[in-house]
Amino acid sequence: MNNKLLDVDLLKGLAAGDRKVIGRIYKDHFNMIQSLIVNNNGSTDDARDIFQEAMIVLYDKTRAGSFELNCQLKTYLYSVSKRLWLKRLQQNNRLLSQEIDPDTTILVEEEIAGFEKREAEFELMNQAIQRLGEPCGSLLDAYYIRKMNMQDIALQFGYTNADNAKNQKYKCLMRLKKLFFSEYKNGNPNG
Amino acid sequence: MDDLQLLNEIERYIKGEMYPDERVHFEQLRKSNTEVDQLVVEHTFFLQQMNRFGEWKRFKSLMKEIHVDLAEKGQINSTRLQGKLKVIYLWNRYKRISAIAALIAVITTLAISSLVWMIAPNAPRSQFEELNNRFSQLEDKNRKQAREIDRIKNKTFSALQDIPFTTGGTGFIIDAKGYLVTNAHVIEEARQIVIQNNRGEYLAQVIFQDQERDIAILKIEDPNFKPYSGLPYGLSKQTAKLAEPIFTLGYPRNEVVYSQGYLSAKTGFNGDTLSCQVEINANRGNSGSPILNRKGEVIGILNGRQTNTQGFAFAVQSKYIFDVIESLKKQDNSPTIRVPSRSLLNGLDRTEQVRKVQDYVYMVKVN
Repeated sequence: MNNKLLDVDLLKGLAAGDRKVIGRIYKDHFNMIQSLIVNNNGSTDDARDIFQEAMIVLYDKTRAGSFELNCQLKTYLYSVSKRLWLKRLQQNNRLLSQEIDPDTTILVEEEIAGFEKREAEFELMNQAIQRLGEPCGSLLDAYYIRKMNMQDIALQFGYTNADNAKNQKYKCLMRLKKLFFSEYKNGNPNG
Repeated sequence: MDDLQLLNEIERYIKGEMYPDERVHFEQLRKSNTEVDQLVVEHTFFLQQMNRFGEWKRFKSLMKEIHVDLAEKGQINSTRLQGKLKVIYLWNRYKRISAIAALIAVITTLAISSLVWMIAPNAPRSQFEELNNRFSQLEDKNRKQAREIDRIKNKTFSALQDIPFTTGGTGFIIDAKGYLVTNAHVIEEARQIVIQNNRGEYLAQVIFQDQERDIAILKIEDPNFKPYSGLPYGLSKQTAKLAEPIFTLGYPRNEVVYSQGYLSAKTGFNGDTLSCQVEINANRGNSGSPILNRKGEVIGILNGRQTNTQGFAFAVQSKYIFDVIESLKKQDNSPTIRVPSRSLLNGLDRTEQVRKVQDYVYMVKVN
């Protein structure tokens, strides 16, 4: 056990966005998920997408503050991936070519529902930012997502001072809010 | 307070950046103004969304990086990769095959080039590409068919019927009686020569050729040919000046093609003083095209281009046409060729010059 990191430690690293830890989880589990997908009518690209989605589900869970899984990390990722892939196959009216042993999987419906809702919301946000155009998109990205400070932003975008950049940022933000909430209230996401 | 300022204040409030007394003041405002209160709640939600969106986005791109990273190191099995990685992957997969292919290619190249080297005595000329055109058999067939149709239409017989032309170039009139000049390499080993442009299609014969200068003089020997009244252009005896703007008309296709450029060097391929270097769009079939300057004087005959460099074309200087005519005079019962040295095109605009010149430029077809 000394040499091998505990699942809990891995999850804490994942929550903190530790690249090494994430790489480790990725390396240890990707091949398993890939063979699951490829053996069930999927391509290697599908495998990559599904595995990364499963990783996001796991990441969301740790971000919500729970580092305890009621099963092994491996089982968790396998279950989530399988569920996501089954859904994808159903959407495309394709069928599984081989039965997956139900014993090796756990129920992850709730997590997947939550993931799908968030995914839809983020897609909404993404689209709203895209529709803002430039420089608004990059400006908001720099401040809210890359967490740059106003001084650096002013320098990078060529504003004469931080106050001007700030002013512009607020104008952009107002527009983004308008776009986002108009879509959001149209009931695009399920909640 | 306008909207911008309010938003600014709300953000500071949410982030806890307000001073205590400011905060108290703002909380009072919240209580008294429901609109502000709503805005605070809404903005808190929005900032949360933004934050989580940011995390999500960062995490996604991090995973993409990790995936590529691990695939590159071979720590995960990824059989289909993209971009640079795909090249690496394909390389790894196909390197044995490509090595064999490369070996075969090298051997073939060596064999062919040594063969060419043995056969061709003047090796450096291999970089020099003569711009005579090779008609493909197919084109030739097409042409024959077209002529056949014409013949049936007109019910006339012409001497030109069934000649399969294999190579070609361009030539231009230097004497209104029906003498043309073209490159010697265009009519090399010619059995039959036909010249053609909008005016018509005529049989022609070589009356003199100078391989050294790459100049040949043809005479139109066709009963259908009516002599010109005069030439619009003259031939320059002077060496052209560097950077002088020039233009040319030729037949790289079955259609007359105009191209323009400038004189880029006073010597030709490998320092050849007979020719000069021109910056002009030259293609196969352009051999023998006249090169005219702004005044409409012929300053050279396009004869080749350097194969290993883009944009190097070469032209025989026009003063050597006079030399060739001189040597022609020394032959027995040679015709007298009168070459105009004055151009009537001086001062005309380019389209007008080209319109006048193009009747005097012919496609030279050789078999």
